[in-house]
Amino acid sequence: MIPPGATAIVGAAESTEIGTVPDVSSAGLAIDAAANAMRDAGITAADIDGFTCGYFPVADMSRQLGIFPSWADNTVVGGCSWMFQLRNAIAAIHAGYCSTVLIVYGESGKSTRRLGQSGDAGQRGGIGQQFDMLHGGGQAAATFTLPVLRYQHEYGLSDEDLAAGAVSQRAWAVDVPRATLREPTSVDEVLDSPMVAWPIRRAMCCLVSDAGGALIVTSADRAADYPKPPVYVLGTGGALEGGPMSPAGVREPLRPEFIRTSGEAAFASSGITHSDVDHLMIYDAFIHTPIFGLEGLGFVDYGEGGHFIAEGHTAPGGKLPMNTSGGGLSYAHTGAYGMLCMLESIRQVRGEAANQVPDVDVALCHGWGGYWSACATLVFGANAP
Amino acid sequence: MTSRQAKTLDMAHPLIPVPTPETQPYWDGCNQGILRINRCNACNDAYFPPAPICPHCSSTDVKFFDASGEATLYSYTIQQKPPDLWGTQGPRSVALVKLLEGPMLTSSIINCEQTPETLRLDMPLQATFTSFGETTVLCFEPTEEQQ
Repeated sequence: MIPPGATAIVGAAESTEIGTVPDVSSAGLAIDAAANAMRDAGITAADIDGFTCGYFPVADMSRQLGIFPSWADNTVVGGCSWMFQLRNAIAAIHAGYCSTVLIVYGESGKSTRRLGQSGDAGQRGGIGQQFDMLHGGGQAAATFTLPVLRYQHEYGLSDEDLAAGAVSQRAWAVDVPRATLREPTSVDEVLDSPMVAWPIRRAMCCLVSDAGGALIVTSADRAADYPKPPVYVLGTGGALEGGPMSPAGVREPLRPEFIRTSGEAAFASSGITHSDVDHLMIYDAFIHTPIFGLEGLGFVDYGEGGHFIAEGHTAPGGKLPMNTSGGGLSYAHTGAYGMLCMLESIRQVRGEAANQVPDVDVALCHGWGGYWSACATLVFGANAP
Repeated sequence: MTSRQAKTLDMAHPLIPVPTPETQPYWDGCNQGILRINRCNACNDAYFPPAPICPHCSSTDVKFFDASGEATLYSYTIQQKPPDLWGTQGPRSVALVKLLEGPMLTSSIINCEQTPETLRLDMPLQATFTSFGETTVLCFEPTEEQQ
């Protein structure tokens, strides 16, 4: 097992602009974010010997950045790919394959429709393309959300309580200058927004944005040499279940094993307990995913996640601040939000967030991939144990 | 593959399923109006989607068989603006359907009103097939007793 705090994030940045960024390709956003992260860490490409980028052929991107890595990874499992890549990078550093890894992400999800990007789970002849995509119309809002109605039916979660999640996320976004949607909203307004895929309405769906992000991770013993305080990686988890284009392969959709597996690994490897978590990110591709995350990670019992959010425990002033950037629903969501999700956790541990939670010592970040086929869990800390 | 076939593939709508040699028996079944899925000869589990290995016990001693076509409705959404491919005038269901034999799959409930009142969770369904050009696709409909 890799000891908690053996590695640390020493560079972290988003692309200079996020939201609507016309005339920049996915690769352009990634390069901009990489430059910002290297600046943040006070290093150049020459200092990097490990590289991963996910949505681009790895040599396309490393060549453009002038990085000549001795270790590379390009794991693509959907939106949490960069979380998996961070986990892999930590292992590679621990194994001695490399010392300093740059993890790069960019996605022009809105303006150029993903120009120059690869990694399509819907490729012809793939299992998702053959058996899922036609029925879902290729629409995440109609497919990823399939477990919602069953959840409401089994646990008696009303439409109003489901909608409350979008209201608390917006309440966070109000104070975040880079968030796309900053007007306060209400349960009525969410339920009056246009129906997209009953019972899912537009205000229950993530945004479609342009953004990039990048991280630099190195061993803890090197981390002190960088300008910013290190954000230690205390523990990690990850798991896959089902296929990329539908939740149909998740064996128990209301009690998914992959979430439990990932969460348990993150808690065990970090040595933390739930009460240690000062700040929480759970990737909100759609309104229900934080509910399933809270339950699968063990913050609440099965069936309680929706009510927990509706009662305001994750909203500003609540006991478990969650998705403090506004999340995919209000901040930005490019298509793959995992990098942006991690960057908010890292800002919180650094004390740099727009909605800074006081004294964040431990931040937990959980992300998803596919229309529910992968997840990853990361525990970041201000201090190494 | 001839260049003519390749061109046809390239021009196909990206949502039209493209079979592989491993899944072809399933698609042949659809063309014949039969739901043909896999069963493992070693552990006897039925599974979906088609693959030349059992996802439960890793045996490659597997076969295709004709499933009952009986299923229940596990969960669904009603897509408000279906892709043109479906050619329907209004909202349509996207469903998780649980086969009598065990596997869950993504499908569509057709031949009935696309409303929450008609689409009741756990309702019994039967397999039916619908065509998109030369491709025949598995869907489900309420059982005859309900129609």
